Amino acid sequence: MSIVEFRKVTKAFGPVVVLQEVDLSISVGEVVVLIGPSGSGKSTLLRCINALEEITSGDLIVDGISVRAGGSKVRLIRQEAGMVFQQFNLFPQMTALENVAFGLRHVRGIGGKEANKQANALLAKVGLAERGGHYPSELSGGQQQRVAIARALAIKPKLMLFDEPTSALDPELRHEVLQVMRSLAEEGMTMVVVTHEMAFARQVGTRLIFMEGGKITVDGDPKSLLASPDNPRLQEFLQHVE
Amino acid sequence: MDFEWSVIADAMPALLNGARLTILITLSGLAGGLVIGFVMGLMRAFGNRIANTIAFLYVELIRGTPIVVQVMFIYFALPVLAEIRVNPLTAAITAIAINAGAYIAEIVRGSFLSVHKGLREAGLAMGLPMWKVLLYIIGPVAFRRMIPPLGNQFIVSLKDTSLFMVIGVGELTRQGQEIMASNFRAVEIWTAVAIFYLLMTGVLTLVLRITEKRMRIL
Repeated sequence: MSIVEFRKVTKAFGPVVVLQEVDLSISVGEVVVLIGPSGSGKSTLLRCINALEEITSGDLIVDGISVRAGGSKVRLIRQEAGMVFQQFNLFPQMTALENVAFGLRHVRGIGGKEANKQANALLAKVGLAERGGHYPSELSGGQQQRVAIARALAIKPKLMLFDEPTSALDPELRHEVLQVMRSLAEEGMTMVVVTHEMAFARQVGTRLIFMEGGKITVDGDPKSLLASPDNPRLQEFLQHVE
Repeated sequence: MDFEWSVIADAMPALLNGARLTILITLSGLAGGLVIGFVMGLMRAFGNRIANTIAFLYVELIRGTPIVVQVMFIYFALPVLAEIRVNPLTAAITAIAINAGAYIAEIVRGSFLSVHKGLREAGLAMGLPMWKVLLYIIGPVAFRRMIPPLGNQFIVSLKDTSLFMVIGVGELTRQGQEIMASNFRAVEIWTAVAIFYLLMTGVLTLVLRITEKRMRIL
């Protein structure tokens, strides 16, 4: 069953066309890894899924709702698609616990006590049970990103979107974030991940998509594609990242 | 010349009354100015084209004219134009409210827009409506950034009340002026008046500093 369906989606910023008539169908349970050179449109593609970017033409159906449906319908899509950002974007005036409980209270309407209980459980899940009282500024980048994952999970999404979740982290901190993502994938979460982590793509991804100039040029099984890429541009790209 | 302390002692009751009126005008005016400023500032920053234009015209109109002209207009021109008659005190409070409102609108707009757009996206990506994102996520961060420029505006508005002597409001400067006209003790009276203003702005500064310290500055 497909949960995300791009139908000839074009996205332009003024005269610059970033996505060109993209067709793509993502099924429940897939872990889709999006790679490509910078400016290829992978982040834009991801951000169209939860309507942070408005599509210029075509249609995009997420969990049965069109991103063009507007207003409250778009909010329903967003409540089913949790997002994790490159820069974490935690709410700086709230503690880690408050960050995670926020969505439970204001999106799912769960009362304060129960929200805190669930938020604590989610923090424990990302290995930060002891850090609930800390403000984002008191946490390392890896810890912040794990809080951000817990925050996105709190609204119980059907789908998780990751926009270069480890790119702002030091190499030794990436591991802890990738570990959380890996266990999420093992639980069967549908994930779309923009990343340069080829090891993650190989070990966790169930599908690899290579983008170039606003188009999907390679789409297939990550293990075989990474072992023997036959597309020359993909070959070249992989040489640069690995 | 001799500094006559007794002149100040005699003038004290009148000056205290004046200071009380100055405080009343400032606090009431700024309360109104904050409401106007938040509404107009948010209209400028996040409103549609019509809301944005209305707020823009308001800010330009008020910032572009002197506050003395504004209070004269309210007090002398409005009765002629629209049969709206107000007493001098109401005119003074209204003038501070609409005048400070324009400057506060720009402070509010600037502070909200200065908050990293990632926070807005993170809020929206959860499926929150925009007003909740502004109220719970961006608002608190923006508010902390507003405190220093708001402090400036509060002090400017407090001192602007001295201009309302032109419509006969018995605020501090007007009281000083009247006492001076009867005893010609310029040095004592204006020194006392200046110290009163310093005390009032000093308290304001202190309150703002405490507020700022109590918040985690982001």
